[in-house]
Amino acid sequence: MTVPVLELENVTKIYPVSQGMFKPRAMLTAVGGVSLSVARGEVHALVGESGSGKSTLAKMLLGLTKPTAGEIRIDGVPIAKTDRREVARRIQPVFQDPYSSLNPRKSVADLIALPLVAHRIGTSESRQKMVAAMLDAVGLPRRMIDAYPGQMSGGQRQRVAIARALVMKPDVLICDEPTSALDVSVQAQILNLLMDLKREFKLTYFFISHNLAVVEHLADRVAVMYLGRIVEERGREALFTHASHPYSRALLDCVLTPDPTLGMPDTVIAGSFPNPIAPPPGCAFHPRCPRATDRCHSVAPGPVPVADGVAACHYAN
Amino acid sequence: MSTTSASGAAATAAAGFDSVPVRRSPLARFTKRAARHPGFMAGAFILAVILVMSIGAPLFTTHDPYAQDISKRLIPPIWHAKGTWEHWLGTDKLGRDYFARLLYGGRISLMIGAATVLLSGAIGTALGVAAGFFGGRVDMVIGYIINVRLALPVVLVALAVAALVGTSLNTVIVVLGLLLWDRFAVVARSTTQQIAHADFVAAARAIGCSTRLIVFSEVLPNIINPLIVVATLEMAHAILLEAALSFLGLGVQPPLPSWGLMISEGKQYMFFSPWVITIPGVALVALVLGINLLGDGLRDVTAPDNRS
Repeated sequence: MTVPVLELENVTKIYPVSQGMFKPRAMLTAVGGVSLSVARGEVHALVGESGSGKSTLAKMLLGLTKPTAGEIRIDGVPIAKTDRREVARRIQPVFQDPYSSLNPRKSVADLIALPLVAHRIGTSESRQKMVAAMLDAVGLPRRMIDAYPGQMSGGQRQRVAIARALVMKPDVLICDEPTSALDVSVQAQILNLLMDLKREFKLTYFFISHNLAVVEHLADRVAVMYLGRIVEERGREALFTHASHPYSRALLDCVLTPDPTLGMPDTVIAGSFPNPIAPPPGCAFHPRCPRATDRCHSVAPGPVPVADGVAACHYAN
Repeated sequence: MSTTSASGAAATAAAGFDSVPVRRSPLARFTKRAARHPGFMAGAFILAVILVMSIGAPLFTTHDPYAQDISKRLIPPIWHAKGTWEHWLGTDKLGRDYFARLLYGGRISLMIGAATVLLSGAIGTALGVAAGFFGGRVDMVIGYIINVRLALPVVLVALAVAALVGTSLNTVIVVLGLLLWDRFAVVARSTTQQIAHADFVAAARAIGCSTRLIVFSEVLPNIINPLIVVATLEMAHAILLEAALSFLGLGVQPPLPSWGLMISEGKQYMFFSPWVITIPGVALVALVLGINLLGDGLRDVTAPDNRS
């Protein structure tokens, strides 16, 4: 088997949280022992509700924060031992909100050329050519090269952000909810663009989302995250047809149907998201799980092999 | 890296984007908004007049500001019954032409204002950006330095330094430059704190930009507007402080013409020849008013919420 382009082994991120002047610092486990591997050319989706650690994981992949423990490898090489700039050549981000991810003081040309400037690639003329080529690739008219973000729509801005991510010809794109800040009418355009570009530039996507419809549309594999841990990691088909973990199943049940006469879906998840500073003992999901037993209260489940993946549940099978 | 021309993806999406508004550069937008702001225009006009007249002083007067003529001392200005056109703003106690001294003195005031602001702006911006960008311990140390500076009374420190190392134009500039950076630091710090957490800074880091590139190309362009406003206000402040120091005899030394010094030298004669004080005083008020109007206008013109 070939080496996966992106590999996470037991990646953990713990933030110390101040609880006031005289209390000891609490430890918040944002990401707790995540292991994943992403094969080249694959779209690997990561889903989970707010606060489950998705964005922290993305930050670590981008080298914006260091994991407290564990290792992230690109093509088998740990990024902790790689130069930050070399990592940047291989992995590029597309952020959620194109209104804050583009410097409002820079023109489109300067925004897209920034990675080239940072890595000292090309002269100003050759950079102009590369920028123009990227504008073509993301479907922006060339005359927008001198426009400023304030003059563009959300969809156009996100195209600029994608062009900026692709100008270095990276291997992996970390898409942190790339469409959730956009109008519904534009979301589909951006998703189709991403899929076209994936083919054209032979990209691998690590796609963070809480929109299951999007994930079902484009992911090859899906990891479901809950409270900093992966609770289920499977191929798309397997997950969407017969999810093993109760949390994944509940997430799938929550998806709104396009038919308004069906009403709101029944949610089986009770209660609210637990406090990540004091996670529940045993299986972190047990207070909200409809199938929890005494065993779930005391013993944390390890990953259990299921069809086309793994699930962290005592009753996965 | 080769330039790849990609067309497949382009064709699907380019269709709906042909209605881009006419592009206007930030400068053109700025000019348009500035022209509509009466305070800004008034300030700019006053400042422009003073700048042109001081820098082009030899074009406006043939008198030497240093030439003394004791036989012509304290001639009143032209609106007075005894005024003459030769010295239309009169002469001072040593018979030097007051208009010439006013023009050449304007150079000193403007130079002190500009040089002080350059020096203090550089110090304050560097400290403030470092504190806001790095945070943590750096912020704590710089915050402490700012507090120490805020606790120092400017005029007293300037007087003490002047008494210790003697007085000269350069001393005034350096002392004021080293004392007036606090507002730059405070404003730079708070604006940088906001910018440092913006997604585009995280994006720049993920792209592989060095910290230097992030500071100079992502942070500074976004905090420069409030700093320009601070610079104009501090320039007015510095000019007034120079006048105050010169008035106290510890600023610019005679025979250099400076507006503060002119007021100081005229104070013995103010009861019988009041113009020796009012003329430089009015000039000082006009200059400071002009700079303040410009600064206030600049704040309005560059305010992002005001973008139409």
